[in-house]
Amino acid sequence: MSRVSIVSDPDAAVAGIADGATVLVGGFGMAGMPVDLVDALIRQGASALTVVSNNAGNGDTGLAALLAAGRVRKMICSFPRQSDSWVFDGLYRAGRVDLEVVPQGNLAERMRAAGAGIGAFFTPTGVGTPLAEGKETRTIDGRDYVLEYPIHGDVALIRAHISDRMGNLVYRKTARNFGPVMAAAADLTIAEVSTVVPVGALDPENVVTPSIFVNRVLDLSAEETAVESIGTEAS
Amino acid sequence: MTDTAAETHTGISATVEHTERGLLDRNELAALVARDIPTGSYVNLGIGQPTTVADYLDPVAGIVLHTENGMLGMGPAAIGDEIDTDLTNAGKIPVTELPGSSYFHHADSFAMMRGGHLDVCVLGAFQVSHHGDLANWHTGAADAIPAVGGAMDLAIGAKQVFVMMTLFAKDGSSKLVTECTYPLTGLHCVSRVYTDYAVFQVGPDGALVAETYGISLAELASRVDVPLMTA
Repeated sequence: MSRVSIVSDPDAAVAGIADGATVLVGGFGMAGMPVDLVDALIRQGASALTVVSNNAGNGDTGLAALLAAGRVRKMICSFPRQSDSWVFDGLYRAGRVDLEVVPQGNLAERMRAAGAGIGAFFTPTGVGTPLAEGKETRTIDGRDYVLEYPIHGDVALIRAHISDRMGNLVYRKTARNFGPVMAAAADLTIAEVSTVVPVGALDPENVVTPSIFVNRVLDLSAEETAVESIGTEAS
Repeated sequence: MTDTAAETHTGISATVEHTERGLLDRNELAALVARDIPTGSYVNLGIGQPTTVADYLDPVAGIVLHTENGMLGMGPAAIGDEIDTDLTNAGKIPVTELPGSSYFHHADSFAMMRGGHLDVCVLGAFQVSHHGDLANWHTGAADAIPAVGGAMDLAIGAKQVFVMMTLFAKDGSSKLVTECTYPLTGLHCVSRVYTDYAVFQVGPDGALVAETYGISLAELASRVDVPLMTA
């Protein structure tokens, strides 16, 4: 029996996430945003979360809804300010959420380092800027670098396209973005997918996130079937 | 081969004054940047005005566009039925894929940048110093919510960083400066500055004027508070 659990109930998928957890949330804007998992996390009720995501919510759904529900103590992201980030903007200006701004590539690499067991790394990104202030620097072969530490997640919530029943994942177009990096960087990785296929149905050459990085899979096609069976129209 | 082409495009043999015409409009500026991108380059175009450079690239030049959210071979903006919310550019605008495109995750995407694999990156700016320091992510205003995105990674990653901007701010001050007063994005990273009045090469030796548009060298020198060299 496979170690991964495949569930069709979003609430079961997010069970056990603790108050104060660091939650990595995939997506670049809404592409790759695990909206069903985030909605379930809002219902689940965990609070005082540190959320790591590229943006700080768009519109009123997904991460923006989690922020609006007052569950997030701190955002670690590269680009919080957008035309449709009114939820975060309001909370930040009211002093109700902390913000750590990280250059996008450093954000990705800090999570990659966490997943890869790297203790810290020197990067040229940010040298000489306000975002490197107070950080250790080193000159290597004549170039200046700043020391950055890993970002490890207690939980990763990601969106993929297809999973097999072992939890091997493939993604769709630019919705891949942070998914593979976050999957490896968290103790508990939960992926929502459009479809779950039998073991052997995915070409091993095409698997992007190997099953070892995945703990739970939320099968959204099962949810749609359930919704249809009770006669509710999905929006 | 590509290197030779690059030198032909970007090496400045003699400063040219275009005083018989007006300054460059936004479209002409984008076309000028596109002209200087060598055939076969891998290129990232920043959000905003730099994105418009794509409209002026020669389709047969084999230039491959990188978008930092995880794609090489990005095509034009998607319209109508082409729109797919899983396929966007760094500005989160729906785009299309071209034959030969590829998708990858964020750590790989920024490895392409940081690792020096991109040939050219085109960015906007609040200020550029004559030594190539860039300020383009934060006005420094106390009430502004800081947001950097990929700007710092792009600034230090590409082999050549082109900036396109208006030469003068709304208050008339020059955005080409001796020292940036806005918060920095990167140090010594810009190689060329394309503006409505002039094109400059910047770097360790200072600012060299490549071309002027609708302004003489003498007037340019009087309005820009930076020592200007000519070729």
